[in-house]
Amino acid sequence: MSTTTTETKSPPRERAVGRGIDRVDGPEKTTGKARFAAEFPYPDLAYAALVHATVARGRITGIDVKAAEAVTGVLSVLTHLNAPVLKPAPARSMLDLSTMVSATSVNYLNTDEVHWDGQPVAVVVAESLEAAQRGAGLVEVTYQEFPAVVDFAAEEANAKPQPNSMLGAGSAKKGDAEAALAVAPVSVDLRFTTPPHNHNAIEPHATTAVWDGDRLTVHEGSQAISWMRKHLAYRFGIPERNVRMTSPYVGGGFGGKGSVWPGTILTALAARATGRAVRMMLTREGVYRTVGGRTPSIQRVALGAGQDGRLTALIQTSVTRTGKVGGNSESVAEAARHLYDAENILIQQNLVEMDLLPNTFMRAPGVAIGTFALEAAIDELAGELGVDPIELRMRNEPARSPLDGKRFAHRMLREAYALGAERFGWAERTPEPGSMRDGRWLVGMGVATAYHSSVQFTANVTVRLSADGTVVVRCGFQEMGMGGATVQAQIAADELGVPFEAVRVEYGDSDLPTGPMAGGSAQTASIAASLLSACEKLKGSVLALARRSGDSPLRGQRLAAVEARDGGLYRRDRPGAGESYEAILSRAGRPSVEAAIGSESGLGALAGQVRFMAKFINDQRRWVKAASGAQFCEVRVDPDTGEVRVSRWLGVFDVGRVINAKTAASQLRGGIVMGIGMALSEETLVDPRNGRVMNPGLGDYHIPVHADVPPIDILYLDEPDPTMPLGLIGIGEVSITGVAGAIANAVHHATGKRVRDLPITLDKLL
Amino acid sequence: MKPFAYVSAPDVATAVRTIATEPNAKFLGGGTNLVDLMREDIEQPDTVVDITRLPLTEIEELPGGGVRVGALVRNSHLAAHRLIRTRYPLLSQALLAGASAQLRNMATVGGNLLQRTRCPYFYDGASACNKRVPGSGCDAIGGFNRNHAILGTSDDCIATHPSDMCVALAALDATVEVESVRGLRRVPLADFHRLPGGTPHLETTLEPDELVTAIEVPELTAPSSYRKVRDRASYAFALVSVAAALEVTDGVVSDVRLALGGVAAKPWRARQAESVLLGTPATEESFRRAAEAELEPAVGRPDNAFKIELAQRTIVATLRRLSDGSFGDGSFGDGSRA
Repeated sequence: MSTTTTETKSPPRERAVGRGIDRVDGPEKTTGKARFAAEFPYPDLAYAALVHATVARGRITGIDVKAAEAVTGVLSVLTHLNAPVLKPAPARSMLDLSTMVSATSVNYLNTDEVHWDGQPVAVVVAESLEAAQRGAGLVEVTYQEFPAVVDFAAEEANAKPQPNSMLGAGSAKKGDAEAALAVAPVSVDLRFTTPPHNHNAIEPHATTAVWDGDRLTVHEGSQAISWMRKHLAYRFGIPERNVRMTSPYVGGGFGGKGSVWPGTILTALAARATGRAVRMMLTREGVYRTVGGRTPSIQRVALGAGQDGRLTALIQTSVTRTGKVGGNSESVAEAARHLYDAENILIQQNLVEMDLLPNTFMRAPGVAIGTFALEAAIDELAGELGVDPIELRMRNEPARSPLDGKRFAHRMLREAYALGAERFGWAERTPEPGSMRDGRWLVGMGVATAYHSSVQFTANVTVRLSADGTVVVRCGFQEMGMGGATVQAQIAADELGVPFEAVRVEYGDSDLPTGPMAGGSAQTASIAASLLSACEKLKGSVLALARRSGDSPLRGQRLAAVEARDGGLYRRDRPGAGESYEAILSRAGRPSVEAAIGSESGLGALAGQVRFMAKFINDQRRWVKAASGAQFCEVRVDPDTGEVRVSRWLGVFDVGRVINAKTAASQLRGGIVMGIGMALSEETLVDPRNGRVMNPGLGDYHIPVHADVPPIDILYLDEPDPTMPLGLIGIGEVSITGVAGAIANAVHHATGKRVRDLPITLDKLL
Repeated sequence: MKPFAYVSAPDVATAVRTIATEPNAKFLGGGTNLVDLMREDIEQPDTVVDITRLPLTEIEELPGGGVRVGALVRNSHLAAHRLIRTRYPLLSQALLAGASAQLRNMATVGGNLLQRTRCPYFYDGASACNKRVPGSGCDAIGGFNRNHAILGTSDDCIATHPSDMCVALAALDATVEVESVRGLRRVPLADFHRLPGGTPHLETTLEPDELVTAIEVPELTAPSSYRKVRDRASYAFALVSVAAALEVTDGVVSDVRLALGGVAAKPWRARQAESVLLGTPATEESFRRAAEAELEPAVGRPDNAFKIELAQRTIVATLRRLSDGSFGDGSFGDGSRA
């Protein structure tokens, strides 16, 4: 085939990035074709069910499995007396982030010790789900009980300062905030509490595990397949390459599927012990008893200000809990480090360790509850000062990060509030509490700031361009419904100048290049960074092929002088001069060209990790990076009964460049819905007498129903962050932050009542 | 779930004969509560007698102006029926305030009467519950009891009856028709459910071999309404609910029916409040006095003491709206819009 020089006459193709493109996985999900972890068929599949401990701390003194074994169809009852031996979970280390994936240190069924009410103490494997569950109900366990620490409220005095970690510093100080508070002309000093929350993804945790000799295949809805794979290999003492983990679809994660919880390990253990393919689908109660949730908190926020409203003192302290056998400290006061330009700042986060199921990541860990207290306190101070709450925030908007003077990579809260106030009709709000009504309804309007720090992980990516102009992007990341595959296809399409439809993205399989975990709102930016590099590398390879040919119009061109568009490479200085990928690859006799970013070898991966940590630390020194926004809400309160209904919502977000207008808006809305639940109804009831969760299901744990969710308007400023790939900032978590604060503030505006203890249930307003 | 034998009864006679000969059998209607309880091993019948083929699905107008409803009429069907919507708005509203659309499509009238409490300690096999295991104790007393009873409780049990429909039926003076091998009898709804006393496991006056076949509701002429207060807008049990009918003549209460839900082990007919109200001016102050009189014997606990005030406020609000006709504003009175 001869070289062709195409003169393009059609107008330039619309870029894919920024458009509201439907999710590529949508049709598979809506037609039921998508295969989730509990739907992989195996001919010899057996089913497993858990038996949960009913004491918070103790030792198993006896397990009677006879009745369970007698149930027709039961294959095996695994207990600590007969289960295969497992290596204990590895200690956590910042040099190997995969160690973070270990949810607890308990070596399930390899110990007679019980560390929380709900810990699995036996697994029943059977030919049917019904037989497994029936068997599990018949296992009789006796315990020697030990004293247990299970009453969070009673442990406040025993809290210890939270150590610094990669997830955030435990404390921070600028000046003498207590002294400044004591002499401040206007001040508030407030105590807030938030209850524990549970994960309620629509897909309960499920695992299908199959052994073939020393090779293990695991299907699981996971937010961290590469880390989980490494963890499983370690626990079972097999090489990492012997474990394959697939997670093609995840029915919601929110942090609850980012760690290895008992169900994962025990399914693989049951499969090993029985020689069968084994599936375990946690019941909703099983999720509550074996998968951690959000820590409760006790917080103090104290603010001092001059009559002009300028903050002289900002104090935020917190007490949260972890389990004695695992869990994470949370950066409750993260937003207080960055939001207000106070002369004196004191941050002190504290921890108690308890004999309870360890807490885990849950959408904006720490910050979601920390911004409730901080933003409600700012509103109270505004009330004391007689200043509009938006105006008070603007008077204290810092030019640089108030604690350390670092530069903000990006900061547009002024613009967000200005746009939001106009769109929401903030000027119509009469400041006096109880002054707005709609019929008998009391009406209130409230605002709060949303804020979530931005991080990135390493991501290995390959991109293959075929002679027919199609592109395959491969990366073992996780798609939890947020549109991960769709946005990466959009990015690749624009970078390579091909139609969006020409790009296929492969993900959710540990056989693929190692992806980042889906957490910390980091997945999209992490992959995008590597994908951009891979596309650049790929274009370089293609250009090199073209340059080999004497009569190519691209001969002698440097990559910088060439742009990818219309399915090929074209000179920037002579728009008509260039070649299609098809032409270049055909001439070179190459069916495809591939580029890879990141190493899969042990040493290369370690080097990548070290490079990543170095960049991370360097970035942290230079910049404060975050997604932020302004939350506006309107509530109606029934003056007779205290019922609160959120009637209107607007979130204006600064999340850098928006890659997909539709999926971004959906994800931001979802965070607000979750925040409404946190504000008004969600609470895990942990019985303080024995540590048992007493509302383990959607009937008693009140997430919002449709009728609780108003129309939610989402606006974004769409200004690229110069320090992020493509200027994008992760959006997974920011929109839950500030929600509870905005609602509490609106409820106060409606009723004159300040509720500082979540959830804001009607009894607190009577 | 414990394995069980399943039989399907072709007619009422066979159904009651079967239940009389099987010592540990249960009737299965919509299954929306029984099957849940079986999954949790709280109910462990040896035999399940499916009654969904029985011809108990009619809604008929009675000669005296009342309505007879077959025990197998689905909750959704009853709520939507013209006779119910026009003559007994409180009953239609109560049904629609309950459960979810999917559950209402399955749940039967008879099964709704026989719903068991949603006390979490009753549902949890690891907790003490006198209702589930007589004599084992009550973990709700001293535990989480936000949803629990404030009226008619005992030292053995503070559970509530979860039904919305029954609260409306209590206000309506409904009668329950039951059949067994011994024949047919009629039980006033007020006598159908029991207070816990020392035997909280006995929840109704129904004999183990009796089948609910119908309910009868006498005529109602007064304007009526059902108001449910709960922790979210839908799909939650009542913290407090009020079924009320109020007739005001020349500014004076000439007829009033009042029943409360979410406050006791049975739908609570507020006779005390009714007697205070009858013949008094239909004013906010009268409503308040009546509400206070009804709640006077209430006993609150740390989590649910608010219900005493909430119940009074909800009674007043419901009567106020009935007396001033302000339901005409397009709302259902529970914050949702028509």
